[in-house]
Amino acid sequence: MITSIWTWLTAPAQWSGAGGIPTRLWEHIWACLLVLVIAAAIAWPLGAWIAHAGRGRWLISVANAARAVPSLGLLFAVAMWMSGMFSGSTLAFTIPPTIVLVILAIPPLLAGAYAGVHEVDPAVRDAARGMGMTGGEVLRKVELPIALPLILSGLRSASLQVIATWTIAAVLSVGGLGRYLIDGLASADYAQMAGGAVLVAVLALLVDGMLALLQRLVVSPGLTGRRRRRARTGIPRATASRPTA
Amino acid sequence: MIRFEGVTKKYDDSIAVDHLDLEFPDGAITCLVGPSGCGKTTSLRMINRMIELTSGRVTIDGRDIRDQPAAKLRRGIGYVIQHAGLFPHRTVVDNVATVPLLNGWDKRKARARAHEVLELVGLPGNFASRYPAQLSGGQQQRVGVARALAADPPIMLMDEPFSAVDPVVREQLQDEFLKLQGELGKTIVFVTHDIDEAIKLGDQVAVMRVGGRLAQVAQPAALLADPADDFVADFVGRDRGYRALSFADTPSLPLASEPTIELGASVDQARAATSDRWLLVVQDGRPQGWVEPARLTGPIEADSLHRGGTVARVDGPLRASLDAALSSPARRGVLVDHEGRLVGTVRAHEVLTAIEQTDRPRSDDEASGGIRLGKERG
Amino acid sequence: MNYALNHFPEILQRAGQHAWLAGVPLVLGLLIAVPVGWLARRFPKASPWLVGGSGLLYTIPSLALFILMPLILGTRILDPLNVIVAMTIYTLALLVRTVVDGLSAVPRDTVAAATAMGYSPVRRFLAVDLPLAVPVIAAGLRVAAVSNVAIVSVASLLGIPNLGFFLTDGYQNYDNGEIWTGIVSCLILALVFDLLIQLAERLLTPWQRVVHG
Repeated sequence: MITSIWTWLTAPAQWSGAGGIPTRLWEHIWACLLVLVIAAAIAWPLGAWIAHAGRGRWLISVANAARAVPSLGLLFAVAMWMSGMFSGSTLAFTIPPTIVLVILAIPPLLAGAYAGVHEVDPAVRDAARGMGMTGGEVLRKVELPIALPLILSGLRSASLQVIATWTIAAVLSVGGLGRYLIDGLASADYAQMAGGAVLVAVLALLVDGMLALLQRLVVSPGLTGRRRRRARTGIPRATASRPTA
Repeated sequence: MIRFEGVTKKYDDSIAVDHLDLEFPDGAITCLVGPSGCGKTTSLRMINRMIELTSGRVTIDGRDIRDQPAAKLRRGIGYVIQHAGLFPHRTVVDNVATVPLLNGWDKRKARARAHEVLELVGLPGNFASRYPAQLSGGQQQRVGVARALAADPPIMLMDEPFSAVDPVVREQLQDEFLKLQGELGKTIVFVTHDIDEAIKLGDQVAVMRVGGRLAQVAQPAALLADPADDFVADFVGRDRGYRALSFADTPSLPLASEPTIELGASVDQARAATSDRWLLVVQDGRPQGWVEPARLTGPIEADSLHRGGTVARVDGPLRASLDAALSSPARRGVLVDHEGRLVGTVRAHEVLTAIEQTDRPRSDDEASGGIRLGKERG
Repeated sequence: MNYALNHFPEILQRAGQHAWLAGVPLVLGLLIAVPVGWLARRFPKASPWLVGGSGLLYTIPSLALFILMPLILGTRILDPLNVIVAMTIYTLALLVRTVVDGLSAVPRDTVAAATAMGYSPVRRFLAVDLPLAVPVIAAGLRVAAVSNVAIVSVASLLGIPNLGFFLTDGYQNYDNGEIWTGIVSCLILALVFDLLIQLAERLLTPWQRVVHG
């Protein structure tokens, strides 16, 4: 079994042409990137705004509840609903899953941005304003850098979600690595299915690893391992806690 | 000079500050003190427009604070808050350099200035590259003060800056703060709920009551000696008579010369030096502690000294002189000059006599009444 | 709506299959996550490996994991066991972190008091730490349950029977009503799981119902 998968993965025919692994991989990455950019453009400002203004928190709850919707169902429902709209164009295949994936990517991105900005210590925000930062400066120089760890955590879950769902979206005839899984299933070619599954798994692990690395690089060391160091300085709880003024 | 003219802050259903008229003199520390809900923090935050006032006027050097954009106003006013509010993602030096950078300084100059100010608040260079989470509460507060001082603003607003640290560190921070203010001479508005802190730090203390009204504004000594009403008297506390001595300069006390012995002297030398039970040990003219010559078994060592007694400066407050006398095992208070050299000793009853002869800022009736009562008992 | 009414017995049957595929992994995952979480707390040096390692499994997309399962288990591709094991892995990945968080949230004073009273480590864990960690663990379990119910429907692509059948079948038959029947049934099932876990939490933590003040 494993040898047949290995044979499939290493066959030269697999590495060139329109159905080749490089093309499929590129299709997959490109689609996921596009989805994430659109979703982030919507979710990040919205999440930061909700946390900042303290209004519209119900949106966060709705987004969280939306995670219960089966992605497969949403894919089919939207594909069906839009089936007449782009007849004749290749867009007919691409647009519905793109929309569904944007919808699915928004909840984790929104939650990350909201929680990140919400978690900024009010004293820090107060100090920033009191020192003469304008609203925009407070957001750029203080709130966003402090929110970065949680924003990036949201990005990590969203990208996993998108990579996984774009794989499933292959049932709607879009490109990407999911083709191998779905086409292999249709032609009862287990080697192709499993080979594709390995590729998808490796892609997901690599992307997650890269984002984890990015998180390490761009998040200030002052924010990571913060609890550990505070514990080491040994400030007694009573003095570190906030007396009611 | 910061001046409040009929300043009122109303919220939908309550009044936080009610027609406040108050002046904050240049180069002085004005403490706003009062119970929670008295509007002291609101008053402070109206100065840098963190809270906008409802009616009335706040001026700085005659200029209405609303004449310029809030952000620009704030960059010229230092701001220190209870939990420091340090930026957790920036190192200590970058935290301190914030306002100079906002003011458009180049990065090198801003950092050089930050190092300078950190030195000023007693944080040596190796703290500069740490992150706030690596500092103790007291150190964070120092960075908070340094950050407010970085752009050298003439005015500092301090909202309970020392109340979140433990009492020992707080006292240390207060002392250093007073020393620093002695050098810098900023105009400081200092909010606290702790009357002792207000009395210790303030050149002027404004006591506020719930509802945002001013109960009394006075110098600390006057506040202790002559509270305007029951509320202030209650708030100032019970042993205010004793605490008021902190502000009474020691008059010329009848100093006795004290026999002394150098550290390291032998038993015989010590026994020859005095006929009293207790003997004062000095080193280079500076008092070190007391010994009982009769109990000595060998040369006088630093370890064997009785160090219970406090030492007061001859030009210091009466409270310190009295404390020196009361705490000395020999019942003779040790007084030193500004370099810490022995000037002489004084007994408690002599300090008390001096206290009774001091002019107290209180009506003659009460003062004489007090003395008469004492005499009847004696 | 018509579709749902006409196919009610079939919906119930598939919901039962779906609940089995999503629910059994939930129980198995919890049973494994508790001792793993205890290990992670007990040996802090191993903690990042245990928590991170289980988290890594979560990154593998579901369809890929379902397909790769026969390689590891030696099963046929249609075997529901593939789904059970894969979902158990996902549940475990979510719950190990939750159990560690829950145990960390137990007040230290309480643990110290229990130790001082003479509890042995294992008894203390079962009698004190674990009950007090229930609220946090239950919250994690609710997330896992909702996510499991949604993911199991993907297995229908491989022909494994569950509520996801209405999705694939509906798409093939161009039947909107059937697709929405599938979606709504999944949501209802997720809601039922959620309520059951909340109920269990209430029963297990009577002290949380005491009104303060």
